[in-house]
Amino acid sequence: MIHPPLSRRSVGWMGIRRGHRAKPLEWLAEKIIFVVSLTAILMVFLIFIFIGREALPIIFGRMNTARTQKTIPPAEMGKMSQAQLCDYLGLTKDQYAAIDHDTLKTLMELKVEAGADSSHSKDAAVNSAQWRYLLRPYQWDGHPTPEYIWQPVSKVPKYNIVPLIVGSLKVTVIAMLFSVPLALAAALYVSQLARPRVREIAKPALELLAGIPSVVLGFFALIVMATILQRVFGSESRLNALCAGIALAFAVIPVIFSIAEDALSSVPRSYIQAALALGASPWKAAAQVALPAAVPGIFAAVALGFGRAIGETMVVLMASGNASIISANVFDSARTITATIAAELGEVVFGGAHYRILFLIGILLFIVTFITNFAADTIMNRLKARMEGRAK
Amino acid sequence: MTSTLAQPSVARPRFRPNRLDWASFLGTGATRLATLLIAAILLVILGNIIINGWPYLSWRFVSTGAASDMFDVQKAGILPMIYGTVARVFLMTILVLPAGVLTAIYLTEYARMHSPFTRIIHGAINNLAGVPSIVFGLFGAGFFVRFIGGSLDSVLYPGKTATIWGQPALLWASATLAVMTLPVVIVATEESLRAIPQGLREASLALGASKLETIFKVVLPQAVPGIMTGAILAISRAAGEVAPILFTGAAYYMRDLPRSLHDQFMDLGYHVFILSTQSPDVDKTRPLLYATVLVLLILTFTLNVVAIFVRASMRRKLRMLS
Repeated sequence: MIHPPLSRRSVGWMGIRRGHRAKPLEWLAEKIIFVVSLTAILMVFLIFIFIGREALPIIFGRMNTARTQKTIPPAEMGKMSQAQLCDYLGLTKDQYAAIDHDTLKTLMELKVEAGADSSHSKDAAVNSAQWRYLLRPYQWDGHPTPEYIWQPVSKVPKYNIVPLIVGSLKVTVIAMLFSVPLALAAALYVSQLARPRVREIAKPALELLAGIPSVVLGFFALIVMATILQRVFGSESRLNALCAGIALAFAVIPVIFSIAEDALSSVPRSYIQAALALGASPWKAAAQVALPAAVPGIFAAVALGFGRAIGETMVVLMASGNASIISANVFDSARTITATIAAELGEVVFGGAHYRILFLIGILLFIVTFITNFAADTIMNRLKARMEGRAK
Repeated sequence: MTSTLAQPSVARPRFRPNRLDWASFLGTGATRLATLLIAAILLVILGNIIINGWPYLSWRFVSTGAASDMFDVQKAGILPMIYGTVARVFLMTILVLPAGVLTAIYLTEYARMHSPFTRIIHGAINNLAGVPSIVFGLFGAGFFVRFIGGSLDSVLYPGKTATIWGQPALLWASATLAVMTLPVVIVATEESLRAIPQGLREASLALGASKLETIFKVVLPQAVPGIMTGAILAISRAAGEVAPILFTGAAYYMRDLPRSLHDQFMDLGYHVFILSTQSPDVDKTRPLLYATVLVLLILTFTLNVVAIFVRASMRRKLRMLS
């Protein structure tokens, strides 16, 4: 597409064009409109920065959870600088400013006691907030083999995030297995095969399903579905990955349906008519002409559905059982990234390793959904450009 | 005239293949079944909640405060939760509408359709729409509560150690939800602005109105139903969200209603979560739980249905215009 060359005057600053010479106040108002329109971009940046900021010490390996540092006798407190003291006691500057000399001394003494207490266990010397312990298995005291363990509240906190990632993926895959076929089949039926009347009922109905708050879906899974599923399958734990996955599918179906339906409906009518004229049955026209033509849109729908499923919080928090086990069994309980953040952030020590690791998995989640969104967005844009190009 | 042609068998000609086309038959049947199954899921969920929740729903239940024991089936009410939810959603609407509408105005009236800059804004909006709600919760806790609230405290009350703004509060929860629902408002407003015929703008400009006058006196009034739809959808989305307010303002239990912007609040959705996971005796508190869920559903669904109708009538009107 070739634009006619635009003179600098007619375009103005950053694309603001005016038909009429603006008065100073209007000029100001237009600038304000422009600045406000940057909010969305600003917010995406701020989300990244402010979640990343809290996770930075973990990312650069600057947190230390090891409890047997060399202990310093409280008497030597006067010789240490403020920064050294903060570092040694694990305090932030504000916290340091807020406590008086005596409290500080008590903290030092506690540190010495703790050091003496735990020095006989080899785990106590482990700095479990390092990447090595976040991602790779480690043989903890009393465990026969190296294991991935998420156990943030224990004598030696264990922050392996692998079980959470596996849990998130497991529940998401179950949800996608249920929702993708159902939503795509329904989209195909509603957009190509059903009578207009069915369409008029089905679309608002799906919007209603989308309007059910996720906490209500979680409640339904927890109170009603879990009992039924347990009775049918006789599983050991009442709340498990399957239960959460199915409930999650209810949340994802409307997302996939609405985008896939849009994509299928925007396949030019002439394609279908041509196929029908050649003697294809309505089903063949839908499945072999409309569906292939809408593949990019369907891919985008599935990508967005995936993003929604992996980011959904309340459903999995309530229905998945929240035990951080790595297993392929769908009847085992699972703990996801989102549920972990929701359940634990309220109880962590502010600024501690646990707090920062929760922000770390938060930024991980943000990046994953950012990528899926970006992929879906690019595909949709290309599709739209192609459709518009064709329409010309 | 041609009465022979008007016979019923000819009126609707059907080109059926001679033998049954199994692939078509099964394919159509399967897709129809999938659609019916989804409808059935919706009906089962709604039916279950209405049947179990309706008998317990009473005026007393929605108009009394939380009893000191939240799980007391006879005494507990949900007025504070309704109040908290309405308050946070109301505040959110005030925050999100100006930002959303102005962004949509920039995108439709000023920005060039396919410039890289416009594409970046659109990309950011789409991305914002896909960010998980719990991430908004983290963001609200890190940005609004800690950064903005903490800065406010140190500026307004220097020297004091008491935190007034730097803690979870009604205002921060609303602000977090406003960021979350920004894309909903922008997209709905943009859609309705684009649907307004270009001739209307040209007529206004031709009569000597400035661009800004045209936008605010001619274009925007026409787009009001669209903006309303966006606002309603944003409200209904926000009313049911729990994850973003977990760390930015929702309280487990409060004796009094929130009085100022820096108070915490009780919330309907969060209360559903508490009732279904923390109850000492699930079977006993079940009616309480179902009734609370029903109230939450009525709140969000009424808004949803209104939005669907407003949008449908708007589209019909526009179709008649063009």
